[in-house]
Amino acid sequence: MPAGNHGVVVFHTTSAAIKADKVLRQTSLSTKLVPTPRHLSSDCGLAIRFDWTNREVVARTLEDNGVEAAGYHELKRPPEAGHRRPGPA
Amino acid sequence: MSSADMGDHLIYLDNAATSWPKPPEVAAAMAEYLAESGGNPGRSGHRLSIAAGRVVLEAREAVASLFNMEDPFRVVFTLNATHALNMALFGLLRPGDRAVTTAMEHNSVMRPLRELERRGVEVVVVPCDAAGFVDVDHFLRELARGARVACFQHASNVSGTIQPLELLAAAARAAGAYSVVDAAQTAGVLPIDVTAMGIDLLAFTGHKGLQGPPGTGGLVLGPAFDPEILQPLVRGGTGSRSEFEEHPAMLPDRFEAGTPNGVGLAGLAAGLTVLTNRTVERVRAEERELTTRLHHALTAISGVKVYGPDDPSHRTAVLSLRIEGTAQDEVGLMLDEEFGILTRVGLHCAPAAHRTLGTFPDGAVRLSLGYFTSAREIDQTAEAVRRIAGYISPEKGP
Repeated sequence: MPAGNHGVVVFHTTSAAIKADKVLRQTSLSTKLVPTPRHLSSDCGLAIRFDWTNREVVARTLEDNGVEAAGYHELKRPPEAGHRRPGPA
Repeated sequence: MSSADMGDHLIYLDNAATSWPKPPEVAAAMAEYLAESGGNPGRSGHRLSIAAGRVVLEAREAVASLFNMEDPFRVVFTLNATHALNMALFGLLRPGDRAVTTAMEHNSVMRPLRELERRGVEVVVVPCDAAGFVDVDHFLRELARGARVACFQHASNVSGTIQPLELLAAAARAAGAYSVVDAAQTAGVLPIDVTAMGIDLLAFTGHKGLQGPPGTGGLVLGPAFDPEILQPLVRGGTGSRSEFEEHPAMLPDRFEAGTPNGVGLAGLAAGLTVLTNRTVERVRAEERELTTRLHHALTAISGVKVYGPDDPSHRTAVLSLRIEGTAQDEVGLMLDEEFGILTRVGLHCAPAAHRTLGTFPDGAVRLSLGYFTSAREIDQTAEAVRRIAGYISPEKGP
């Protein structure tokens, strides 16, 4: 992952989030379907996380495929920055 | 009579009730769904929920593509066509409104309309001729008098009669009425282009021509139809806007509350893949050829009356017949027990259609072909009907 911040795009429906994930996975962008960060006023429980520097490409890809986004948010603190995630012992 | 020389192979001619057998891919997809992606579709962020959500999206996109809809979220899933028709009719009609329908409708249209009539909706039933075709001039006259809804079937579940869908939908739009089309018998069997035909609402079922399992179906909202006009039948959890206690307005959530039938939709998606690979056009051509073969053979048998249009281009693969001189349920029983031919006898949930065809209240024997019906089965069926007719009226026999 590049050192920059993550961003998330949120949606009005989970169907839109899953459709967005499908179209983004057909690109070379690195994106991930995740539970919507709770601090965001979310319309739907699923969001897509991406590298914030790719914001415009993500937005254009969704627009071109007729997927309506409810909003884009930059995440100031990347979740894994500097820490090893816990895993099975 | 003996089944011995007919073989003990079952001949399934009840595809208008539900198609059988299903393509093996359908059961495989359903088993895989339960084993591999059994989360609640899109409700939770974990991988099984997402996997299930992807399956539902795949089914939605496949249905949208079949009906030439650009926006898959205008396909709303329901339990079946009846559920979709109730959603359309109860969602659109209010006391004082006027609804125009035909005298060939199934009870999935008639019963909601009769209930709405009791609540103050004016329901106009336009007569149909003896072959089941709606009187188009009469239909247009009723539309011209003002109507909120024009609700009609694409084809009859009793006689196979195909109504002029494109003409009726265009007439409804021109008159300012919303078209509500019952495509239970035609989805996957006849080409339907919701966009080009200007249809407002199309109700379909998944377990007939689309080759999917029971418990799947839906309502397609045409591209020009404003979803805000339609009140939802059911409200509840959607996995979206969870902080609000009001039901969301966005599609498809506006019309889909509660956990969807993910396992059924997995089967439906698989059925649609099989269907689109074979193509609706080819299914139609094959069914038409076999139906014509059956129709010719049956109409040649003395004592047998076949209902519906003679012209094969105006009928689906559904045929109803009566053998005079006996109760029709006896005919159905003999076909089953002596010949292993599975049909449906009675009124087929469509008393209006049977009144129109002149077969009310005794009903008829319905033979409905499907995806897997063979020419040999058609010939065996015609031979069985010939034998039964000869047995009942020996003097009329061959």
